[in-house]
Amino acid sequence: MKYIMLIYANQSEMPQYTPEQSRAAIQNWMSFQNELQASGVLVENNSLNPVTDATTVRVRGGKRLIADGPFAETREQLGGYFVLDCANLDEAIDWAAKMPGAKYGTIEIRPIMTYSQDWQSSQDWQSTQG
Amino acid sequence: MSVAAQIETTFREEHGRVLAALISQLGDFTLAEDALQDALVEALTRWQAGGIPRNPGAWLTTVARRRAIYRLRQDAALAQKTNLLIPAADDEQEIEGDEVDMDAIPDDRLKLMFTCCHPSLAMEAQVALTLHTLGGLSTPEIARAFLVPVPTMAQRLARARAKIRNAGIPYRIPPADLLPERLDALLAVVYLIFNEGYSATSGDSLTRADLCTEAIRLARVLVALLPENAEAHGLLALLLLHDSRRETRLNAVGELVLLDQQDRTRWDQSKIREGIAVLDQALALHEPGPYQVEAAISALHAQAPTADATDWQQIAALYSSLAVMMPSPVVEINRAVAVAMVSGAHAGLDLLLRLESEADSYYPYHVARADLLRRLNQREAAADAYERALALCQNRAERAYLQRRLTELLAF
Repeated sequence: MKYIMLIYANQSEMPQYTPEQSRAAIQNWMSFQNELQASGVLVENNSLNPVTDATTVRVRGGKRLIADGPFAETREQLGGYFVLDCANLDEAIDWAAKMPGAKYGTIEIRPIMTYSQDWQSSQDWQSTQG
Repeated sequence: MSVAAQIETTFREEHGRVLAALISQLGDFTLAEDALQDALVEALTRWQAGGIPRNPGAWLTTVARRRAIYRLRQDAALAQKTNLLIPAADDEQEIEGDEVDMDAIPDDRLKLMFTCCHPSLAMEAQVALTLHTLGGLSTPEIARAFLVPVPTMAQRLARARAKIRNAGIPYRIPPADLLPERLDALLAVVYLIFNEGYSATSGDSLTRADLCTEAIRLARVLVALLPENAEAHGLLALLLLHDSRRETRLNAVGELVLLDQQDRTRWDQSKIREGIAVLDQALALHEPGPYQVEAAISALHAQAPTADATDWQQIAALYSSLAVMMPSPVVEINRAVAVAMVSGAHAGLDLLLRLESEADSYYPYHVARADLLRRLNQREAAADAYERALALCQNRAERAYLQRRLTELLAF
């Protein structure tokens, strides 16, 4: 089952790393990624530019509303993602817990809808909306 | 007992084991629940006419399987998702009686419990799901017990089931590395259910007393399924010992009665005996833990013929052990109270004072302080502490008690 891991962290509180610490941090992420790749669960992943580079787009009443910044001001912001193919949620949780980002940020695990699941999931969502 | 009531009891007793088996066989939580529901409806008619079968669990499992097959035939998309191989139409026979041997079906209740108590489900969902699937309580019964509207509870259960399916929560006993933390969660849910029932104060106190009974039943199931687990025994012992005092906790007008004022002749001796026996079994497994310590403390209270005869020294020592296992202001407060009983109110207050910064927003801290100050005849300080406690306490019976104490003090 495919899951997306959304990595959130407080971008304004990111520690100011020395070059040495920077290298170490990058090394951590690289080892993690290698482990993922070796296990065969990695589908894809990317880091995202910080929210200062973000643009929001809404279309309301036929008008395009374009603005600077993330869709909402939140304490933690989305910094990157991994798409993993895991046997079950526990396996996904194990991988999320191993991510370097889990130590200072939050990892959100969301199942990715499959074609046959689309209908059932949306039915569930409908039926649970009081 | 009327036939209807007997059938009701049977349903409750069999629900968990049958559902667990069906989920294993069918590979789908919701399908299993729906099929079981169909079987229960059929049972209600058939059993009222023909009596309860010798092996009701087997009867329900067999009929539910048949109903599941029927449902799968109607819904191709559903059929794709499940483990069950749909037999050809002419293989199916009329189910007569005990076609399925319940003993041959492994008891999957542990898998079911671990699934219901998965950490990715909200706590209130874990509790509701455990009561519904393992306890066999109906949605209206659970709604009444937790004082929420029935549609709210129905939604809570529906969401939980949907999440189990959609998020891929596995139906299994967790692997060894996850087992300790998941087991803790399981025991915590049962304890929570008990506490909900135990601290009931108003209105549906009868239903909420059922929660205590249900929690004890679940704890028994856990002990039966995990005979080598000391903390599971510890929890059962603790619940039995607490429950032995349930009748004396509130007086005739619903006011809180403290331990030292309770009528000990009305404590349930058979629960006390059983609780102590289970605690002994726990200790024999040589795996100390917080539930066992709490049970030991409760046992000391239960065994004291009068409040004055209570072994407070032992209790204080046990709270020290508990503080090491489970450091928390609650434990320290209780320890301070015990120390005060041994060494006097000043000793207790000294201990409490050390907690000031972390316990200030916690009303039991102020209640303990108030009580000790009152015993030292420091009336103004005591009244102040009762007021602080009242400002923080939400529980109706406890508030009434605090108000009474405050009124007594101010009456001078």
